[in-house]
Amino acid sequence: MTEITPSQTVGPFLHIGLPWPDGPQAVPDGTPGAITITGTVTDGAGEPLPDALVETWQAGGEGRQGFGRCPTDEHGGYRITTVRPPAQPAGDATEAPHIDVAVFSRGLLNHLVTRIYFPDAPENATDPVLAAVDADRRDTLIATATDGGYRFDIRLQGDGETVFFNV
Amino acid sequence: MDQPLFESVSGVHPPVSFPDYRSNVLRAPKHPLVVLPQQLTETTAPVFGEDRIGPTDGDLTKQFPGEPIGQRIIVHGRVLESDGRPVPNTLVEIWQANACGRYRHVVDNWPAPLDPNFGGGGRALTDADGRYTFTTIKPGAYPWGNHDNAWRPAHIHFSVFGRAFTQRLVTQMYFPDDPLLPLDPIFNSVPDPHGRQRLVSRFDISRTQPNWALAFEWDIVLRGSRPTPFESGEDHDD
Repeated sequence: MTEITPSQTVGPFLHIGLPWPDGPQAVPDGTPGAITITGTVTDGAGEPLPDALVETWQAGGEGRQGFGRCPTDEHGGYRITTVRPPAQPAGDATEAPHIDVAVFSRGLLNHLVTRIYFPDAPENATDPVLAAVDADRRDTLIATATDGGYRFDIRLQGDGETVFFNV
Repeated sequence: MDQPLFESVSGVHPPVSFPDYRSNVLRAPKHPLVVLPQQLTETTAPVFGEDRIGPTDGDLTKQFPGEPIGQRIIVHGRVLESDGRPVPNTLVEIWQANACGRYRHVVDNWPAPLDPNFGGGGRALTDADGRYTFTTIKPGAYPWGNHDNAWRPAHIHFSVFGRAFTQRLVTQMYFPDDPLLPLDPIFNSVPDPHGRQRLVSRFDISRTQPNWALAFEWDIVLRGSRPTPFESGEDHDD
């Protein structure tokens, strides 16, 4: 364990190395049932981050399917196209449909991990991860429905701070 | 199916909150992190193929019609897990400033020249033994606004996926004997001095190419998986 390479920030120039033209498509264009997840990343002053990178991951696809990557725009916005994952067995429990999210930005020395859940999933009521989160913060993990998809805002700090995980 | 559980990283990484790095102050969460048990989503990762790699992605000196200015270097090493097992076929992405310390980026406008023959981005897949190699130009140091007369030590940004979401790592590689390292809050955010040294590459005369390029070796070590799940709920790095 002592040999593990420590994390460092992506810094403000991540756009030279990380974005891909097809990065926001976690599933190929035209995939049946595709949904769009959009959101804004904001800091402790409520200001949008124009220099963050949002990555999403959901298991079960082939190759890079299920992986999405989108830099935020000048308004802090990101957009990922994917499909809604199924519920999954997790030991003796069942995890509700979810997407893991990694947030990278200048100022973050380690990437932050959160999860997107879906507002209309009945499995949310018994999801072990949601159950371990304070009830008054649980809704920061649950996307809201929009036309053609969902909205999931990420608040790094302050009012409505998103729940982040130690994984 | 048994999924591996990845070891604790307690004390390895910088703390969540580290105000010496000024940009951290409004961006670090205030609430403690919540423990997320490693299940299927956390113990799997995307798999990338050669289609992700362009023909000049491994040689940053060949991406434009002319040669970039600066010291030509070879940066190579292995991606490993902490038990020494290599991580084959994993995507390694790099980005860096040019020899003058200037990034080809809209928000970098300090008065050092851009190089028309240098972009600064590279990409590679590790081979069966976890090895990667890039040819590039040694990046310069550059000033930043963190504190009075602040300069970032020369570095190359690295992004690595590994074989599980829990292994995802973005970090920076530094160069040996850089006098700016002890002054750099980003470098110093790593709590363990030995951990800091693991971010510093080693000059490698054996891979240095005569009449062509100096070589630096740098291994990247990701969290390993461990056989027993009994500690999966422990606290870590904040």
